[in-house]
Amino acid sequence: MMEAIRPFLVPHRIILFLIFVGIVIWAAVSLRWDWLPEYALLALEALWRTIWLLAASVVLGFLLAIPLGIAQAIGPWYLAWPAKVFCTIIRGTPLLLQIWLLYYGLGSLFPTIDGIRETWMWPYLRQAWPYAVLALTLSFAGYEGEIMRGAFSGVARGQLEAARSFGMPPFTMFRRIWLPQAIRNVLPTLGGETILQLKATPLVATITVVEIFAVSSRVRQDTFIVYEPLLLLALVYMMIAGVIAFAFRKFEQRIPSRVSRN
Amino acid sequence: METLLQLFGLTESAQLLSLSEPGWGANLLRGLANSLQIALGAFGFGLVIGLFGACGKLYGGPVTRDLLAIYTTVVRAVPELVLILILFFVGTDLINKASEALGGGPVEISGVAAGIWVLGIVQGAYSTEILRGAIQAVPPGQIEAARSFGMSPTLIMRRVTIPAMMSFAVPGLANLWLIATKDTALLAVVGFSELTLETRQAASSTRAYFTFFLAAGFLYLMVTLLSGVVFKYVENWARKGQPKLRGAG
Repeated sequence: MMEAIRPFLVPHRIILFLIFVGIVIWAAVSLRWDWLPEYALLALEALWRTIWLLAASVVLGFLLAIPLGIAQAIGPWYLAWPAKVFCTIIRGTPLLLQIWLLYYGLGSLFPTIDGIRETWMWPYLRQAWPYAVLALTLSFAGYEGEIMRGAFSGVARGQLEAARSFGMPPFTMFRRIWLPQAIRNVLPTLGGETILQLKATPLVATITVVEIFAVSSRVRQDTFIVYEPLLLLALVYMMIAGVIAFAFRKFEQRIPSRVSRN
Repeated sequence: METLLQLFGLTESAQLLSLSEPGWGANLLRGLANSLQIALGAFGFGLVIGLFGACGKLYGGPVTRDLLAIYTTVVRAVPELVLILILFFVGTDLINKASEALGGGPVEISGVAAGIWVLGIVQGAYSTEILRGAIQAVPPGQIEAARSFGMSPTLIMRRVTIPAMMSFAVPGLANLWLIATKDTALLAVVGFSELTLETRQAASSTRAYFTFFLAAGFLYLMVTLLSGVVFKYVENWARKGQPKLRGAG
């Protein structure tokens, strides 16, 4: 414990820390926080929605990125080429544009299809969150597909040849040898990518999904208080980013690797 | 051309996108020009911040280093959208306060200037990290040799460090430029008439959402692809005289 805090026990850091504490006390006393109780419940719900959006899009996007990565790494040209085009388009255009294209574009297209109002899909197609999940998932898949391509090509050839020479069927080889090592290759970048994805979630507030950013905008519009909700919002995002970074570091430590142990 | 458009049923889209009055093509292009202007300005402003930030992180005192660490960490952990709103309000407040103090009235701030200020500060954090890494990758012997010849720190920076670090910095900076062009779209949320907002206005007044959003996507993609070509040249130029990387490109 002492080892962990020793770097902070130097004079200039103590002074910086005291200044920071002073700013926090000043913010708590002289800024307006009277709106907080009224919006607390809404904010918690919205926070949950942000985390849920993040988790769903990361998991689904990663599952989609695996075939995208394989197609680009070893696929024949008729699979590799579309995968590459998809990744280039996703990475080459702003996410906000993609979200609006899906929500306004697809959203205006569906009602023109005959009989769609009677199907089970209609209640979902009328809401905003399916489009938000879809757009965020595709975006994560696009960025991650490119990374997975490198990860799959980065697995040592000898490993795959050894598996093949033992007579492993291709799917077992993929499941037991290739995928685990590819995931180990991307793990250090995956934490950063997840934080980038967290930073992309507030964009869905523009298509009426009520997540934590939307709540801060609503407070600003209702009460004309500008800075307090935004500062609190920044703090919330920093805390989530910190938790993600911490979780990935813990997870990484559990994976045996040859370099980092001594 | 006409028959080709008719063949694919695109006559209507072509009319909507045409550059003359009933079409919205001119609006989109004006938005693109605004976007590029903001992206260029923000990228340049960010580079200036990054150069000072990198020098501060490497050669500054302990307080400077800690403050810069807080700056880069906070900017990289908070969503750009939130930072844009905070910096936008802070910037307008500060300028209005200053103008009041000087006895003037409230000031109308141009969207381009505000966009450059806001995105530049965000970009500055990223380019600080990129340039710091690049300066660290310069062999220390070169800088020590320059110092032993009695060069002043600014001269070392200009003649030795910056030219030698260019080849390490260019790939990261190329990525950062692409982020800058895409981040200009976020300014649509604050109401600047850059490409994404112009597109949305065109789309919602004509109800042709697919046509306009796809057209804007195409424009952004062209910017990305062209930038890729340009940065390849820049990288070759920055790496001239160095051995070829194996399997690069």
